Amino acid sequence: MQISKNGIFKQMMKDKFAAAAFWVLVGLYLAVFCAVFIAPYSSDYADRQAAYAPPSKIYIINEFGKLSKPYTYNYIRSFDEKTFKIKYTEDRTKKYAVKYFSKGYQYKIFGRIPFDRHFISVEDGGKLHILGTDINGRDNFSRLLFGGQISLTVGFLALFICFPIGLLYGGISGYLGGKVDFAMMRIAEAIMSIPSFYLLIILASILPAGMTSIQRFSLIVAILAFIGWAGFARVIRGMVLSLKEQDFVTAAEALGASKLRIIVKHILPQTMSYVIVAMTLSIPSYILSESGLSFLGLGIQQPDASWGNMLKEAQEFVNITSRPWLLMPGFLIFVAVLAFNVIGDTIRDIVDPKSKVR
Amino acid sequence: MQLLIYIVKRFLQTIPLLFIVSIMGFMLIKASPVDPLGELRLNPSISKQTLEAEKIRLGLDKPVLVQYGLWLGNFVKGDMGICTTGEKVSDKLKERIPNTLLLTITVIFFTWLAGIPLGIVAALNKGKPLDRMLTVLSSIGMAIPSFFFALLMLIFAVKSGWFPTGGLTSYNHASLTAFGKFIDIAKHLVLPTLVLFTISLSGLQRQMRSNLLDVMESDYVKYARAKGLSETKVIFKHALRNAINPLVTLLGFEFASLLSGAALTEFVFQYPGLGRLILEAVLKSDINLVMASLMIGTVMLVAGNLLADILLKIVDPRVEAL
Repeated sequence: MQISKNGIFKQMMKDKFAAAAFWVLVGLYLAVFCAVFIAPYSSDYADRQAAYAPPSKIYIINEFGKLSKPYTYNYIRSFDEKTFKIKYTEDRTKKYAVKYFSKGYQYKIFGRIPFDRHFISVEDGGKLHILGTDINGRDNFSRLLFGGQISLTVGFLALFICFPIGLLYGGISGYLGGKVDFAMMRIAEAIMSIPSFYLLIILASILPAGMTSIQRFSLIVAILAFIGWAGFARVIRGMVLSLKEQDFVTAAEALGASKLRIIVKHILPQTMSYVIVAMTLSIPSYILSESGLSFLGLGIQQPDASWGNMLKEAQEFVNITSRPWLLMPGFLIFVAVLAFNVIGDTIRDIVDPKSKVR
Repeated sequence: MQLLIYIVKRFLQTIPLLFIVSIMGFMLIKASPVDPLGELRLNPSISKQTLEAEKIRLGLDKPVLVQYGLWLGNFVKGDMGICTTGEKVSDKLKERIPNTLLLTITVIFFTWLAGIPLGIVAALNKGKPLDRMLTVLSSIGMAIPSFFFALLMLIFAVKSGWFPTGGLTSYNHASLTAFGKFIDIAKHLVLPTLVLFTISLSGLQRQMRSNLLDVMESDYVKYARAKGLSETKVIFKHALRNAINPLVTLLGFEFASLLSGAALTEFVFQYPGLGRLILEAVLKSDINLVMASLMIGTVMLVAGNLLADILLKIVDPRVEAL
């Protein structure tokens, strides 16, 4: 069935759930894309004196019960000698106004244009931790935005490595057939036979220590792509097996087109509707793999943020019971994955109502 | 007889597969910059003799191919070397494999118990509010990251105090009666099972729903209806049987994804399973243990798929070998 891409999108937006999911994703990606602008603190900001500070409360009704400009109080840290706990209490003596679009630390848009406006910040001397802070006193809200840049792009990048490889591999294997097909499929099956998470952690663990964060990030993308291509190649190969018997392939052969040209130009485009669905539905699994890996400490490393490694802190018992704001990254992963799944399901129903792809 | 030939054929196919996996795994680990005996050397309780023996056993001074040959020979004989703690790898695996199987099989059991009826209910109420609700619930179940859900369950366990927060047995497990032991283990299993159950239930429920919907469209179901059979009879006698067949293949996949998915859940709940073992091995760069658990994990996955295929052949003899 041929539906233009525009048509798919229009039909998708007719579905209420899919449209909502689409706008949620647009919001998420926009937020992480503009992270430096939205985040009140820079990615390397840390205040050791404010570890695990609870979220700042923003007041719009002042102590006289009147509406006022939004303001917040700072927290005072104190040590309770009886319970041996660090306590944070609001310092009600001084108000700090919340400011919008005001000047703050310098940064560069797209790494080029210098800029210093921030969407939200607070008067000098005040602290605005919308979602509290972590063990190092880093602002959770800002780190969520910076971490999202990694967590939400890893999936896409891995996808753009994995799918071309899978397409080509499956295409060649299915079209050539015979011994080549047999050998190629056994290799793909071997990769599929290793429990994927075991392979993932082994691959991640052999990464040499002391890499820059960019190197590490790209290697993790490569690893994720390496795990995913085999299953995909197998499905493509099955489709190619039936496609290559069709007339248009015979016609191309009769015209003397080269094998590679027939595979790439004639056969593979026919698998497009499956590929679109499979791509949308596999982004979530990449997001989950990356965050799982980082959660275990094998993925993105501190001080870089990723939703997975931020959630790592939430593992300690004290943290999960008394510092629930540390669970926020998990919630965001959930939202992103849910949105992608809903969109993927809807597109699948549009493109191929009888499909068995899950 | 035909079945037997099929089984033998399928079984023979797995051998080259395992062989390729072992080569790939071995080369991967050789490519890592870790010294295979490094951690052992650091452990003061390991004697010089053990170290030397391990060096000879692994053939570390020989070329890689010879090392692989030695490793393969030893592995087939069941000798997998020692961990960095000095324990035998095979003992450690023997202790962990049953735990992982226990968790996986419990999860599969409950998933099927709940997934199939829910799938049927959704299919029979297609498009109605109940179906929509189940679809939304299954989307949520599919989207929730296992480790995040496991963390939430931990909070629940800590706050309510109803369930233990990790492990498989309590500290006083050895002193309990047989029934007490059973209850103890069951209590520890509840939360990990619940996490994995929620995540794998959605897939099964959806598959069952779409299978049944497919079958309901087919000619023989229409014929059965035309004959004037009651709707219950049409569904349970004719449609359902054919709708369940494809799920048997799914059983193999489910087993595979549980092996993988369980690793994170095992990690959060400190459950003594294979997934956590390989994770700890990787973190401690315990090469012998990593290689052995990788292979055992693969063998379990392949065996799971094999069993599912054989089961499918039994319920549906039309299926042919690859």
